[in-house]
Amino acid sequence: MDQTTVVRRAAPIDEDDDASNEPMAVIPSVATASASSSAPAAGSSSSGSAAGGKSLFSRKPNSAAVSIHSSDPGLEFDQLMRIYYSRLFPFKKYYRWLSYGNVQKHYFCNREFSFTLEGDIYVRYQSFSTEEQLRKEIIQRNPIKIDIGAVYNVEPKDHKQVRGPEFKAEEKEVVFDIDMTDYDDIRTCCKGADICFRCWPFMTIAVRILDRALRDDFGFKSLLWIYSGRRGVHCWVCDNSVRTYDSNIRTVLTDYLSVVKGSEKNAKKVALTNPLHPSLQKSLDIIEEYWEPVILGDQDILRSPAHIDRVLATIPDEDNARMRQALRNEWNTHPNGTSQERWKQLVQEVYLSVKAGKSYLKSTVPEIMFQFAYPRLDVEVTKGVNHLLKSPFCVHPKTGRVCVPMDVDSIDDFDPFAVPTIQELCSQINQFDAANPHATTDSGKKLQDYKKTKLKDFMSPFLKFLEPLESNIRDAKLMDMDKDGMAMDW
Amino acid sequence: MQHIRKGGNKVTVFREYPHKLSIYPLPPIQEVSLEEFETFAADRLKVLKAIELARIKFPKRGVEYNGLVNDAIRKYMPLSENDQGEDICVAERRKDHISHYILRLVYCRSEDLRRWFLMHELELFRFKFVAETQAQIVTFLKANDLSYVPIPNEEKAQLLPLLQASAGPTVSPQDILSEDYFKLPFLAALELVRSRRVYLQGGAVYVPRRELVSILSGVYRSRLSSALAQTSRALPNLEEDERLVPLLNALAKQYLGSDYLSQRGQVTGNITSEQVDGLSTTSFSPCMRNLHQALRGNHHLRHGGRMQYGLFLKSIGLHLDEAMRFWRTEFTRIMGADKFDKSYAYNIRHNYGKEGKRTDYSSYSCAKIITSNNPGVGDHHGCPFRHFDAEHLRQKMYEYGVASGGIKEIIGLVQGNQFQVACTRYFELTHKLPQGASPMIVSHPRQFYDESRKLLGGNDEQQQQHRSQLLTMREKREQFLAARGLPTSGSPGAHMSISYDDNFDEIGDISMDAATTEVLAAAEAAADFDDADDMDFD
Repeated sequence: MDQTTVVRRAAPIDEDDDASNEPMAVIPSVATASASSSAPAAGSSSSGSAAGGKSLFSRKPNSAAVSIHSSDPGLEFDQLMRIYYSRLFPFKKYYRWLSYGNVQKHYFCNREFSFTLEGDIYVRYQSFSTEEQLRKEIIQRNPIKIDIGAVYNVEPKDHKQVRGPEFKAEEKEVVFDIDMTDYDDIRTCCKGADICFRCWPFMTIAVRILDRALRDDFGFKSLLWIYSGRRGVHCWVCDNSVRTYDSNIRTVLTDYLSVVKGSEKNAKKVALTNPLHPSLQKSLDIIEEYWEPVILGDQDILRSPAHIDRVLATIPDEDNARMRQALRNEWNTHPNGTSQERWKQLVQEVYLSVKAGKSYLKSTVPEIMFQFAYPRLDVEVTKGVNHLLKSPFCVHPKTGRVCVPMDVDSIDDFDPFAVPTIQELCSQINQFDAANPHATTDSGKKLQDYKKTKLKDFMSPFLKFLEPLESNIRDAKLMDMDKDGMAMDW
Repeated sequence: MQHIRKGGNKVTVFREYPHKLSIYPLPPIQEVSLEEFETFAADRLKVLKAIELARIKFPKRGVEYNGLVNDAIRKYMPLSENDQGEDICVAERRKDHISHYILRLVYCRSEDLRRWFLMHELELFRFKFVAETQAQIVTFLKANDLSYVPIPNEEKAQLLPLLQASAGPTVSPQDILSEDYFKLPFLAALELVRSRRVYLQGGAVYVPRRELVSILSGVYRSRLSSALAQTSRALPNLEEDERLVPLLNALAKQYLGSDYLSQRGQVTGNITSEQVDGLSTTSFSPCMRNLHQALRGNHHLRHGGRMQYGLFLKSIGLHLDEAMRFWRTEFTRIMGADKFDKSYAYNIRHNYGKEGKRTDYSSYSCAKIITSNNPGVGDHHGCPFRHFDAEHLRQKMYEYGVASGGIKEIIGLVQGNQFQVACTRYFELTHKLPQGASPMIVSHPRQFYDESRKLLGGNDEQQQQHRSQLLTMREKREQFLAARGLPTSGSPGAHMSISYDDNFDEIGDISMDAATTEVLAAAEAAADFDDADDMDFD
């Protein structure tokens, strides 16, 4: 029980920090998931961090009855997490999603989950046979973070019993990860992990563009958009056929959807054709909606000299020296010009050059717009079938915010700072209970805890995703039953 | 022999081998003499090698490229039209068929070999396909169950603006209206989707006839790829055949994988972390020197950079404890020691095979650096010749002491996608060697380093000796080339002309190994680079 094992990350993990996007150190073994019934007592003795959780636990063994005193200075993160898991985490709907109608019997059991436990202990290849088991384990082990991995050919917790190459990741949702750090070369407000109302609209644009392309171009239907809890968004594409895509197909999707390419050593990161491909034209239409108010307004990209240089550097080589100089002179003499006015001048300048025969500048204006607004995907997350991604409804360990579903239809109104933290949720339950000690549902049942909190606002986008998904699965099942040999779905 | 009337054209069909074009669905079941076995395989290999050479030397599918490949096909694997008579046609097609299957046996053995074979067979298929007549293509498609129905004209007219925007600037509306378009699930046209060359709507792509070859390549590729995997599993059964095994082994050696790729885990010498600064300016390839600068400047490298640079340092003899010291010293300038230990130390031990799978990871070759994992924002890995824009490359070359004439040459090579040749030229310029004196076409950063140390390490006498050796080799090479009317060192790729030439044994004591072997890696890099294309795979 006390042996040490090496936990390695065979597949890359999505992390907000590049720094922690790494295999972890040697850790004390926290028995395997299957040994659940006896694990906590034994495990806690070897890890100081678990002790805190345990003491809370031993005081009030019935976790569902744990009362919350948000003012209580003793309520540490792990205690709040325990309350969150036992009272708020939507296990039922979560299971409904990941079991996909139980059409394939082993789909849920063969799914990998991985936990980050306190003390940065990372345990991979957890798997659960039922909703009940999942709930029990999560509450008991109280992970700081949960990642969802692939569906394997065997139950991941048994992976050591099959030989390496015979343990295979077979299916997973196609996932997309957009992280604000990848916008650091164009943001004018924040850097790194920080976000503010000025840069958040980059995420809004990203969701709009990708959602449109995935639905209209590829015909995907079941898309779940999730706020990652700090500075990014995730998209889970869950259609039946999509989950079977191999990594080659996944790479094709990211290539099709990637427009901004290159590192610091490429000033110009976008190359477009003229005419624009219909899909990119539609993306440009979306960018145009935001260009004036967000990119020129909030981001104010043509204000400070350093930011101006970043824009001008993208104008193709043969001409940029002259045009750069002309625009810079103009803007130096009128130092109070707004980004909007300057953009008009730049567009005019490019237009005149094109008219004067510099046809290589034809795509320059849209190229700049794409470079400064088009979504930047973390493609590694999408490529691998076995890549792990932070689960929806997790709590971001640094911000305490819940990774909530987002409603694409009102994505412009999504405010990351209004996403509840676990502290807030816990005190909302308290407030509600104090005000309505005997609240029931319409049918007289005890009111679910999440309905007492702001979390309920984020359930409707989840249901909006889940219900059509389930009815699609039902339809597919019916079609399967009276299949007459015709291929239903190419 | 049968004659079939089809659309007014008389098409002659032979019972055996009815089509010139084949995706080889069935293996040959017939007797093959050992002599045939050998010559068929060798001839096909020559064609595939010609494709490989064309990929390095010339812009993809340009006139010279096509010329080189077509010459080789004509010489070694001609395929005549049916009107040349059954005897000729069947003999040629039989050779095509059998040689393809022999090479499957040879090249199914490892991932590298399969990848190489697949890539070049696909290109060969494309060459044969574009040479076909319309009528032949139709019968070929039918025979392989690959018939597609064009969309009706009304639908096409409706979609016209969208189809045109997808087709690119050189295609006119008239072109589109006069060409058949097929509506297919996008999964059948992945390469066209990847590069946004077709209109995609609701999961369906609209593919013009001229792009059909792409679809068929996709079909061929997936069939061949799984066939190769199958063959490799079945191979052990064959290994008992005493006649075949030596032949197959000999053929496999024709694929000359770079030495540097096979020296897994081997370490050149022994260096300390203090030496890295100095060596980075004198003997590191630009990619590694750039990573070193980024590390010193930012006190951090992202994952891609740590892998590329860390494994390289290991390969030139930075031992684990030294490596740990090296990375820790730098990283802890911006983070606590425990953060480093927690988040990065494992990764370093992992690279040295001390953690996890305990694989002794080998350092990245140029092909890998050039083609995989393109650097994004905040990254410093990759190949400067491939991943920098011209302006940044120019600055970097200037900073590294290349004079403006040299920079111009290098930029020129880069514009022709000859990244490794550009790096080789950089090697010559920074090691004060005349053009063409480099002992290699750079195929591995470690090779760059080793050759550099040979020139700059050791005592004066050793250095002098090595230098004059290189110059003598260069002279002999020039003479050899000039005698055959081949381009001399003045033109890039001269090394490779020799390595390809059938008679290169005549060069005598000139060691051509490097130049020969690097052809491979450079070819892969050049091929994969054309991302608008359909033959690339991972």
